[in-house]
Amino acid sequence: MLRFTGVSRVYPAAESVVRALDEVSFAVNRGELVAVMGPSGSGKSTLLALAGGLDAPTSGSVQVEGVELGGLDATALARWRRDRIGYVFQDYNLVTDLTAAENVALPRELAGVGTGRARREAVAALAEVGLSDVADRFPDQLSGGQQQRIAIARALVGERGLVLADEPTGALDSRTGLAVLEVLRARIDAGAAGVLVTHEPRYAGWVDRTIFLRDGRLVDATTRETPEQLLGHSS
Amino acid sequence: MQRNAVRWGLLALFVDGPKYGYQLRTEFDARTGGTWALNVGQVYTTLERLARDGYVASIGGNDDGRAVYAITPQGREALAGWFTTPVTDTDRPRSELAIKLAMAAADPDVDASAVVQAQRTESMRQLHDYTRLRRRADPDGDVGWLLLLDHLIFNLEGEMRWLDHAEATVLRRRTRRAGTPLPASSGQDSEPAETAAQ
Repeated sequence: MLRFTGVSRVYPAAESVVRALDEVSFAVNRGELVAVMGPSGSGKSTLLALAGGLDAPTSGSVQVEGVELGGLDATALARWRRDRIGYVFQDYNLVTDLTAAENVALPRELAGVGTGRARREAVAALAEVGLSDVADRFPDQLSGGQQQRIAIARALVGERGLVLADEPTGALDSRTGLAVLEVLRARIDAGAAGVLVTHEPRYAGWVDRTIFLRDGRLVDATTRETPEQLLGHSS
Repeated sequence: MQRNAVRWGLLALFVDGPKYGYQLRTEFDARTGGTWALNVGQVYTTLERLARDGYVASIGGNDDGRAVYAITPQGREALAGWFTTPVTDTDRPRSELAIKLAMAAADPDVDASAVVQAQRTESMRQLHDYTRLRRRADPDGDVGWLLLLDHLIFNLEGEMRWLDHAEATVLRRRTRRAGTPLPASSGQDSEPAETAAQ
């Protein structure tokens, strides 16, 4: 679904260059949620921006669903991002003048889907995150946890199979944060792929694999081939 | 102490009725989710000690000829004392990880960051596994099993925070000694060591 091959991102600096990302390779498959952890300045945000086509690598290849993002022109890339990739941010980024359902329907309408169908898809997506009853409320009438769940519904409505989440639980209390992770996890289990940037071990526990960045380099990663019978339980 | 924990844990199993040795092992295993494997010999040795101390007493054999024990009033009283006494004498400060990092931090030839990262990866792998087990556990099922999993998860979270803190502390100390500015990446977004320690 998402594949980085030898990806580097270099920014020119005053007297040298900054290697924000340095020869990073990894892949995320459908049904898989991967966490990215690392210190401030280790390249997490750069990685997410490249995965979402918001930035381009200096060298290397970023593929989503087999499509080389660097091979698309600006218009095609914008359409691809809108239709195939969903973003979840720490501060929700909901449009305050639109209801919950209208927020979720917005990317579908922008994609050219008719208003009626977009509305139906939005209501279905809200039902999946357990928010059918607030479809016609505005963001400021909802709690932080509800707003973030709406953002997840918006990120995955339609046919977008890749969700990129940047500290989505950052502003939430622990219980609400776990509820948001539960929703994200359910969507991934239903067939999407996801990348979660987080500094919270508790939330990273919910993913399938974690990759660790330091100074732009991928320094280590957990493997998915972990024993299910860790404690002698095969549940 | 681990031996004490097994002793009290086995005694607690007698609260709901008389038991024989092998049964104790099975129930201990079920109650602790298999996280603490006991061999039969250990169970019988502990049972003998409990009987010697007057906390359990033999009440004869069952139909299979197995010796059955029951908790005594003295045992109930001691058990109540165990439940209400906080655990203070643990083996935590003696963990291999703490010793390993203490030694690594003091040895200039050892890359302490690499030691920390290897442990961080392993701890995260375990956290994935335990979290997966917790997610799949029946929320209305065995509360002991749920609490044990939570205990393991919370411990790993704490361990990972401590690893971040330890790494930042070592890096800061070495940077200060080398007289060079602190690199931007010193620890996994952790608080500065001095602040975090407060």
